[in-house]
Amino acid sequence: MPHPALHLAVEIDGDGAHPAAWRRAAHRPGELLTPRRVAKVAAVAENSGFTLVTLDDGILPPASAAAGGPAGRLGAVERAAFVAASTSVLGVAPVVATTYAEPFHVSTRLASLDHVSSGRAGWVVGVEEGPDAARAWGRPPVEGASALRREALDGLRVVRDLWDSWEDDAVIRSVATSRYLDRGRLHPIDFTGETYSVKGPAIVPRPPQGRPVVLAPAGLVPPELVDVALVEGTSPALLGEAAAASGAPLAFAEIEVALDTPDEPAAERIGDLERYAAWEAAPGQPSGRLRYTGSAAGLADLLEELSDVVDGVRLHPLVLDEDLAVLSRLVLPELFVRRVAARPLPGTTLRTALGLPRPESRFTTAPPATRTTPGASATPAAPATPATPTASAASAASAASAASAKGILSTVAPEGNR
Amino acid sequence: MTRTDPHDVPRPDARLHFGVFFQGVNHWTVWSHPESGSQIDPASFRRVAQTAERGLFDAFFLGDGLRLRETGGRIHELDVAGRPDSLAQLSALAAVTHRIGLVSTSNTTFNEPGDLARRLASLDLLSDGRAGWNVVTTDNAWTGANFRRGGFLDHADRYRRAEEFLTVARAIWDGWADGAVADSADARAWSVPGSVGRVRAAGAQFDVDLVPTLPRSRQGHPVIFQAGDSPEGRDFAARNADVIFSAHGQDFDDALAFAEDVRRRLRAAGRPQDALRILPGTEIVIGATEKEAEEKARWVRLEQVTPATALAVAGRVWNMDLSGRDPDGPLPAEDPVVVEDTGAFGSSRIADPRTVAAEWRAKAEANGWSLRETVIALGPQRGHVGTPSGLADTFTRFARHGAVDGFNISPYLIPDGLDDIVDLLVPELQERGVYRTSYTGTTLREHLGLRPPA
Repeated sequence: MPHPALHLAVEIDGDGAHPAAWRRAAHRPGELLTPRRVAKVAAVAENSGFTLVTLDDGILPPASAAAGGPAGRLGAVERAAFVAASTSVLGVAPVVATTYAEPFHVSTRLASLDHVSSGRAGWVVGVEEGPDAARAWGRPPVEGASALRREALDGLRVVRDLWDSWEDDAVIRSVATSRYLDRGRLHPIDFTGETYSVKGPAIVPRPPQGRPVVLAPAGLVPPELVDVALVEGTSPALLGEAAAASGAPLAFAEIEVALDTPDEPAAERIGDLERYAAWEAAPGQPSGRLRYTGSAAGLADLLEELSDVVDGVRLHPLVLDEDLAVLSRLVLPELFVRRVAARPLPGTTLRTALGLPRPESRFTTAPPATRTTPGASATPAAPATPATPTASAASAASAASAASAKGILSTVAPEGNR
Repeated sequence: MTRTDPHDVPRPDARLHFGVFFQGVNHWTVWSHPESGSQIDPASFRRVAQTAERGLFDAFFLGDGLRLRETGGRIHELDVAGRPDSLAQLSALAAVTHRIGLVSTSNTTFNEPGDLARRLASLDLLSDGRAGWNVVTTDNAWTGANFRRGGFLDHADRYRRAEEFLTVARAIWDGWADGAVADSADARAWSVPGSVGRVRAAGAQFDVDLVPTLPRSRQGHPVIFQAGDSPEGRDFAARNADVIFSAHGQDFDDALAFAEDVRRRLRAAGRPQDALRILPGTEIVIGATEKEAEEKARWVRLEQVTPATALAVAGRVWNMDLSGRDPDGPLPAEDPVVVEDTGAFGSSRIADPRTVAAEWRAKAEANGWSLRETVIALGPQRGHVGTPSGLADTFTRFARHGAVDGFNISPYLIPDGLDDIVDLLVPELQERGVYRTSYTGTTLREHLGLRPPA
């Protein structure tokens, strides 16, 4: 392989990663919460060649509100569905927490997002911490790191099982027998956790991707249950270590970026915003993330360097309206020229774009060889040569099928992608 | 039917409002027809919504269900099943439609107001004021088995919770003052100080304390729909809803009686009697002649109630597996099996199977009907059959006499089943002056002629 492919994701919540980013936005403050604004940012991200966008969320006002920044936020699943319908190749991954939300709803919503996007959905597993979130939900608080992890894990297991609870071909439409469904291909999940149980099956057919792509911060949930670990580290070396330790099929580095614009160096742009608020990962917490400040060419170099140690990056631009434009005009085209990264191809699913196998339902009853998978675009392409990532994805798919036949809940990491 | 003099009626200026109900779970969608498409492909939803918008409909509706239907632990497999989350689906449709209202059926029993009110407000903003919320409740533990909350509400509490839920949701939707967001980037802060209020609600059902995160939409609040037919349901609608669905849209006298009852309840609730739109559900079968329409309706009914479906429907009344029986033979000779309703079963339970069975037997005997013919004849009378002109006359009469404010139409074919209604019936209604010739507003509230929320 000439070069490992680096997958490119960008977080598009609010006006940017800085709590005062709204002061440099190209629109009036109130315009943030409108469909025009949501569609415009998505169009720029898609046209730039990003593989996916992530959309932050939570029941509480965004963290920027505490620093005098935006106090409003549209629901991430609704925004993602809107974005999916206004784009054609862009992956969409909302943050959804299962700390208080009903996992049954979460599963339905994300499966539906995969349907409305024809297989471009992802899920960034989130957590809703603190007593304020519990009061906003009106639920008894989930307190302590272990309880929060338990709710995240149980939620993830329920969501995955519900996605699998309709086999791919459960809708048979057999005119001869009048049967729309084959009930033998629908499965109760009968989940019983420490704090609740869920019966199943889902009310929505299996998503086009089998399972939407699961992204989670490294360490939150067991890596065998996620597709992409989001790793932090303040240097390429630390990011490489974190990626290697993550244990997930893919690891994306979290990177905050502030770029020189034609009019203003990045450092001055940051300085302008620091007059109002500090650029922190979360109020009161210093960032554990790599932060890049400087020229577009320098960022391209950094990302090329990172492509040796991580599978992808999730960029957090300082100010969307400014940095996304520079990323679009200067950084991504350079990465494509260098073949460090590639645009997603039309008609592919997010899994295919990421070189991930399409998982078999763990409840599958028939041997894979005799089954037909609906939706050709949802299936990874046939391998061209054994050395391509696609080929490793396909072999991983068969390994995953073998694993699921033994009842093991796992996807297998595609080899050669790192 | 002769045309009524448009001025010799109680409501000479009545306008019909049409909604389309994209059915997700039923045996009424003719999925076996070669022209029948996918029930889940995004293109199907887009096609139906855009056709409805071309026909100047007020709204596109999605249903909700929180557990797959089953009888005796066996999932119904003859019916169409499997539908998307309504708020995700409608948010996607918000991007590809411009005027039509987008109505989500969302359950108050297994949601929390802080979360759901925010999602509905998100749809309302993403659609620029076109969201509606069909408020539904659940009282069975069978559905609760899919939720961490479990089956925690009895019948009496479900409307109490729904009402409290609405109160909290409205407070959340009203949480931001007009002009709560700064005008320019030079302001002291993004939100104007004091313009975002906390919502604290402590009642029998909720103990919520939150800061709302969204402004009001162009229409103020999502439009509230309600579909309960019981006295409690009608009273709930009279107190809370902007639109009431019903099954009373078939027979004129029945529709008028329902409408008058609802208007009575509205007055009792202290609301103006034009504060609630009455939109019964219906199915419409159109033919070039009355005879052709009748033949088509017969065909539709036979496709909907296949021999296997007839046995399944009768099996739910008799509470036994009739799948080996002859659908063209008589009804079962046995008495129905009666089981106590513990709330642990699905929505298909029959309240009093012995009475229903006795009624079916008597009618089958009197008319010489087979089992399948009985199911077809005694199933819900689902709609209107006729020529575009004849149907337009009927609907005009319904509207001008105040029996309905419009219809919520369930096409029997997805995704093209709305085409002849839009292409043939709508022009006839426009000619009679009982249907809009263009959208005059942009929000769902404006389409329905409703006042903005206080």
